[in-house]
Amino acid sequence: MTNETTHALAFTPEDLPKGENFLKPHRIVLILFAAGLIVAIGVLMRWDWLPRYLPRLGWGILVSMMMLFTTSILGFLLAVPLGLVQVTGPWYLKGLAKIFCTVIRGTPLLLQLWLLYYGLGSLFPQFPAIRHSFLWPYLREAWPYGVAALTISFAAYEGEVMRGAFAGVPAGELEAARAYGMSRWSMFRRIWLPRAVHRALPTLNGETVLQLKSTPLVATITVVDVYAVISKVRQETYLTYEPLLLLALIYLCLTGILVVAFRYFENRIPTRGA
Amino acid sequence: MTGTAQAIAVTDLHKRFGPLEVLKGVSLTARQGDVIAIIGGSGSGKSTFLRCINMLELPSAGRVSIHGEEIRMKSDGHGGLMPADRKQVQRIRTQLGMVFQSFNLWQHMTILQNVIEVPVHVLGKSKAEAIDTAETLLRRVGLYEKRDAYPAFLSGGQQQRAAIARALAIQPLVMLFDEPTSALDPELVGEVLSVIGDLAREKRTMILVTHEMKFARDVANHIVFLHNGVIEEQGSPEAIFGAPRSERLKKFISSIH
Repeated sequence: MTNETTHALAFTPEDLPKGENFLKPHRIVLILFAAGLIVAIGVLMRWDWLPRYLPRLGWGILVSMMMLFTTSILGFLLAVPLGLVQVTGPWYLKGLAKIFCTVIRGTPLLLQLWLLYYGLGSLFPQFPAIRHSFLWPYLREAWPYGVAALTISFAAYEGEVMRGAFAGVPAGELEAARAYGMSRWSMFRRIWLPRAVHRALPTLNGETVLQLKSTPLVATITVVDVYAVISKVRQETYLTYEPLLLLALIYLCLTGILVVAFRYFENRIPTRGA
Repeated sequence: MTGTAQAIAVTDLHKRFGPLEVLKGVSLTARQGDVIAIIGGSGSGKSTFLRCINMLELPSAGRVSIHGEEIRMKSDGHGGLMPADRKQVQRIRTQLGMVFQSFNLWQHMTILQNVIEVPVHVLGKSKAEAIDTAETLLRRVGLYEKRDAYPAFLSGGQQQRAAIARALAIQPLVMLFDEPTSALDPELVGEVLSVIGDLAREKRTMILVTHEMKFARDVANHIVFLHNGVIEEQGSPEAIFGAPRSERLKKFISSIH
């Protein structure tokens, strides 16, 4: 079964050679080289600052993860209707969704973020109604603008992905659902949506990794994520490489976790390999 | 013909696709226990006719009744018809077990999940009961061992047998077969026909659109020859194949032998 399942990425942990095959001369050389590099990084570089910053780093990682999860989930929930109306909606909804996706995908995320934070964020205080609403304590903070910008961006990209996924579900399977008396809602919930999501999973995996790597942008509007913490470390210790290398390692680990998690969901329904 | 209760009555059915009139007034009555085979060349309208029975295609004019209940239609404003009551169509569809040319199994579900989907989520049966029925049906079509496999891992013949089990699971009043063996490799046709043949022998009401003339002759008690959207000739298998009257039917039969 494993051989017949398809994978989104070329390299997977299962692709590693097993046991005795592993220690071939060229591999031993590479392993030694990598080990030497890690020892050199540990010994020759300065890491004494690390314990002091660990709690802040941990918090920063948490903030980055929260940014990723909330914006991916909210963005996906928006992407489903955005994709659906482009496939089956009336022309005006189709047009609106198309315009939304084109505009958001056609402008830099950093620009959108700043427009929301510096633009909208400075407009809001001028309206007493907003200042006195229950939302004001949140709208004074920076993170809601970060969440909004990242959510909108994810929704626009995934809206396109879901449009393709919805359109790609074979018409015959939807016809079978109709022929057996399913209502439109059950057909959508039981057949169309799960089928489309399953088709889109490999793409969504890659897009979520991209989304993770977009989260540092929120540091530019004063949200203290893991990137902001590392910037702080650089300012206070005058070190350049050490904090950045650590940051790279942190993002690599987070990406690895994401890929494995998605792989698990993809493999729950095996797909016939090409 | 056995049984007298009317299972399906189609009266003066017309279907237009734009300027093209595919069905030009077709009427057909199936009583319970009838096995009706619809034959005809490609483009004769036979699949369209079958798909009009459960409203997968909306007829341009005409009436369809299932078990004495007429499907209420209203004008769609463009010279055609549409169901007046969608709920009624949905309810009636659960009495018609449709088997498609291209199987149309739901690929994200296992075979067992495919078979219990409609009983559980449309008919409101309990899951345990549905699984019980489904396993019996899968044993019958010889796929019990494959119940946890996904459709993509099955051969065409196995997929079509699973699709037949899915149709039987709703305990339909009538089975509708739309060229069930046309998408299969020749060596897989037999296993599917033998399952359909068994159903015919137990006097299950069915309407079968097929290219398998020998099979139609063996299992059907009534043959309908459709040509250019009208019933050119109909009758018992012996009459149709043994003594065809119209020139077109004679030509059609000689062309496929």
